[in-house]
Amino acid sequence: MTVSSTLYLAVAAALFTIGAFGFLVRRNVLVMFMCVELMLNAVNLTFVTFARDLKDIGGQSLVFFVLVVAAAEVVVGLGIIVSIFRRRSGATADDLHVLKG
Amino acid sequence: MPLLFAATKVDTVVFVMAAAIVLAGALGVIVARNPVHSALMLVMTLFGVAVLFVAQEAHFLAAVQVIVYAGAIVVLFLFVIMLVGVDKVENVQAEPLRGQRVAAIVLGAAVLGQVLWLGGSAWTSGSPSVAGSSLGPGSNVEKLARSIFTRYLLPFEATSVLLVVAVVGAVVLARRPEKGDAADVPAEQQEVSS
Repeated sequence: MTVSSTLYLAVAAALFTIGAFGFLVRRNVLVMFMCVELMLNAVNLTFVTFARDLKDIGGQSLVFFVLVVAAAEVVVGLGIIVSIFRRRSGATADDLHVLKG
Repeated sequence: MPLLFAATKVDTVVFVMAAAIVLAGALGVIVARNPVHSALMLVMTLFGVAVLFVAQEAHFLAAVQVIVYAGAIVVLFLFVIMLVGVDKVENVQAEPLRGQRVAAIVLGAAVLGQVLWLGGSAWTSGSPSVAGSSLGPGSNVEKLARSIFTRYLLPFEATSVLLVVAVVGAVVLARRPEKGDAADVPAEQQEVSS
């Protein structure tokens, strides 16, 4: 008998909440990006838990695709961050208000 | 509820330790003042998640998690932190908006409560084994490969296109600005030249 799925889902929920909280509170763009990764990992954990619970490999396949998309997202996002920091030296998200209109 | 804590001792110990590592690492990411420390805490969380994957018999995904996330993505993060030179501490005490932190705590607690409430009640819906059973003979890698290369073949091909687009986009974004290209010159240099 393995650990109940509910406990895994609770851990995933806590991880997602921490990630969302960090994204809302932190001002460093890179740390905000890491918080997005935390939320993605929480959802991956949920997928794997449901895959085990429903005895369906489809959940794990979806996690595979999430990993690929996350890798692509990180590459493009960090490229954008580098090009932003090349223009201005501000490290916080509050300095990036040129899109405010 | 009686089945909630009916796991064997080894499973329980592994789960508790991995969960503690995951949550401690996640808290470390959002608490650390130095972005480098945040990235290292992120590695810790990713390893904990990989352990939880192994505990749920997702062996291939655990390996991919360590290789791709901890091996590639975090290194990319560290690389950018070093490159753009923002490895200086951030004042985590300062609040840009008044009451923002309290609002974020309230919002996070609401989300957590809702999800836990949902998770504690009826969440096992849907029909099992739509994309292939995870039971039966064969390793986890074999079953995952059969699922990806038959049922999810078209999405798999689409991800290859996505990766190519991401590589091209990253190269274009990180390209050094050419001389005379005023749009890409930093603001300070623009003022000096004009």
